[in-house]
Amino acid sequence: MASSPGILIQQSLLYGESEVDIRISNERITEIGPHLEHQGEELIAAHDRVSLPAFVDLHTHLREPGREDAETIRTGSMAAALGGFSAVFAMANTAPVADTAGVVEQVFRLGHEAGYVDVFPVGAVTVGLAGERLAEMGAMANSAAHVRVFSDDGNCVSDPLLMRRALEYVKTFGGVIAQHAQEPRLTEGAQMNEGELSGLLGLTGWPAVAEESIIARDILLTSHVQSRLHVCHVSTAGSVELIRWAKSNGIDVTAEVTPHHLLLTEDLIRDYDPVYKVNPPLRTQADVLALRQGLSDGTIDIVATDHAPHPHESKDCEWNYAAFGMLGLETALGAVTLAMKNQSDWDWRTVAERMSITPAHIGQAREHGRPLEVGEIANIVLIDPTAERLIDPHNFASISRNSPYASMSLPTVVTDLIRRGHFIVRGGELCA
Amino acid sequence: MKHLVSIADLTRSDAISILDTAAQLDQVTEQGAKKLPTLRGRTVVNLFYEDSTRTRLSFELAAKRLSADVITFSAKGSSVSKGESLKDTALTLQSMGADAVVIRHPASGAAHQMAHTGWISAHIINAGDGTHEHPTQALLDAYTIRRHLAPEGQDFEGLTIGIVGDVLHSRVARSNIALLSSLGAKVIVVGPPTLMPVGIEEWPCEIRYQLDDSLAELDAIMMLRVQQERMSGSFFPSSEEYSREYGLNRSRAARLPEGAIVLHPGPMNRGVEISAEVADSHRSVITEQVANGVKVRMAVLYILIGGDTHG
Repeated sequence: MASSPGILIQQSLLYGESEVDIRISNERITEIGPHLEHQGEELIAAHDRVSLPAFVDLHTHLREPGREDAETIRTGSMAAALGGFSAVFAMANTAPVADTAGVVEQVFRLGHEAGYVDVFPVGAVTVGLAGERLAEMGAMANSAAHVRVFSDDGNCVSDPLLMRRALEYVKTFGGVIAQHAQEPRLTEGAQMNEGELSGLLGLTGWPAVAEESIIARDILLTSHVQSRLHVCHVSTAGSVELIRWAKSNGIDVTAEVTPHHLLLTEDLIRDYDPVYKVNPPLRTQADVLALRQGLSDGTIDIVATDHAPHPHESKDCEWNYAAFGMLGLETALGAVTLAMKNQSDWDWRTVAERMSITPAHIGQAREHGRPLEVGEIANIVLIDPTAERLIDPHNFASISRNSPYASMSLPTVVTDLIRRGHFIVRGGELCA
Repeated sequence: MKHLVSIADLTRSDAISILDTAAQLDQVTEQGAKKLPTLRGRTVVNLFYEDSTRTRLSFELAAKRLSADVITFSAKGSSVSKGESLKDTALTLQSMGADAVVIRHPASGAAHQMAHTGWISAHIINAGDGTHEHPTQALLDAYTIRRHLAPEGQDFEGLTIGIVGDVLHSRVARSNIALLSSLGAKVIVVGPPTLMPVGIEEWPCEIRYQLDDSLAELDAIMMLRVQQERMSGSFFPSSEEYSREYGLNRSRAARLPEGAIVLHPGPMNRGVEISAEVADSHRSVITEQVANGVKVRMAVLYILIGGDTHG
């Protein structure tokens, strides 16, 4: 792939705005302007397509090592590429847990070998995600995987002293703790959002306060030790308010929201279909509206998918026995676009900010999320903004099928992905 | 009506027709016909993932009195992790040609999934799913209340019925609140706030935390069972304190109006939610509930399956 003739993207809408050509050679953008002369590059006619910096997912579960029946680094990478991502951060809750330099290096290497997207492993905060003692974060940071994001995601670092120490410790190498905010005692046996519906359905409630109390505590800890906190999958209106308060007080907090929390509500659970079982749970319409507003005004910094593949049998069973989680990579842009369609101030530049530039910045993926400018590494996604796609999980690259959008029609289609100057996806298909 | 999963599956007139049918079946039985030929050749499967001798026997007896073939499948402890999945069990029963499946399951929603996911085409009757619903229990309670307090053909307008105890974990309470209120009764729910579900303010009932204040208003009082595992937990300080605050003892029973009846879905913790004296008193209709359970379940089976064209 080294001696490529380059690519000339013709007539795409840069950030959805003006129509320009983009010339790419030697992995970089070398020229942007109207009607560039064809110099033997591979041509792509991108009339009416939107060009954006390729997306970055700060929160993905690739399941390898350990649950290769649900997803592998290779299939997850393919799903990510089809979703328009050039980089993903792979969560640490694998088996074995990514809590040593050896495991994160293996994940990093497998991602590189798969070759579709850059896979950045997230390191565990505590050994085995057990919440008892700190994992060797320094070793992971200094490994070939160069880990900067640490999370026990799936579990909350609930011990306040341990959380304080973790926040302090990552200052050594400029890391960030990505917290799965869930007070464990308040959510014992929890199955869905706690409210009128959980009472009627007889499912144990997962109260908003279990998320908000941890976020409030962590904001105060972050301020106290002058560190940096990232809040995973914010799901309640109250959480948005807490983060808004933290930011207005200059506390170094960032936050993410998933496409499904922007689009779906707990009402879908009435038929006990476990495809809608996710952690944190789907909330109410009021929460959804607050999340959309928060993402729009920047209180919530980024969209992250929390792509969580599960084999069919883990979802084809009683609600209480089903696994938490839903797929997200291949439907992210469509779900976000549908959720945000009536939000004023939501445009393609904002999409680039929330799905590419800021997540790359939080995760310190320096080659990703760069502006579409001359001299930058060419990580570019092309989007058909008017097309719609009927979602059929059987067509996914992911091994798993647990998508909540099955049979829904989602707006926008990712048509092409260029990573470091090479096509990864072309015309909606993965390049071999 | 194809399934009985939740009281919400019943219109008010469906509910009344079940109660009327149960009364007719009772008359026929009184006249000496122990067994009716109605469901001859039909197969009813009792699928019990949870121990419940009384509900299982009640359904078995109801089906047998209608001449159905009854198979009981006790699958306690079965779950995805151990043994066959609910789906595979459903597919198996479908292949065997079950006409109706009576299911008791510890997971809320299991009966709904059986009825609505397309695994099996049989009629599904919910015999209790997790902390969700137990509709035939509510129907038999309503039947019992009707026999004592509401003449035939009248609804429950003007009656006040108290439900006392652990509403949070009670499928009996959920089904009863829905059914009794839809039949016109005023329902008062009494218990400690720790045992009330979030959002209960939106339910068709009044909520109170003190039992003593409410006794004089109640035409019927239903004492819910306090599960052993709640007693050692942090829902209330001790079973003694629970009993002092919410137990139905002789002095409390004496403050009920003349003619008020006492119900309990069983099995009872004598000395905790109800004293032995009250349980055995003239106000208690607890053993009658058991007998009525068979008739009401006969009525449900009759109405659900009896209309099917055979073969």
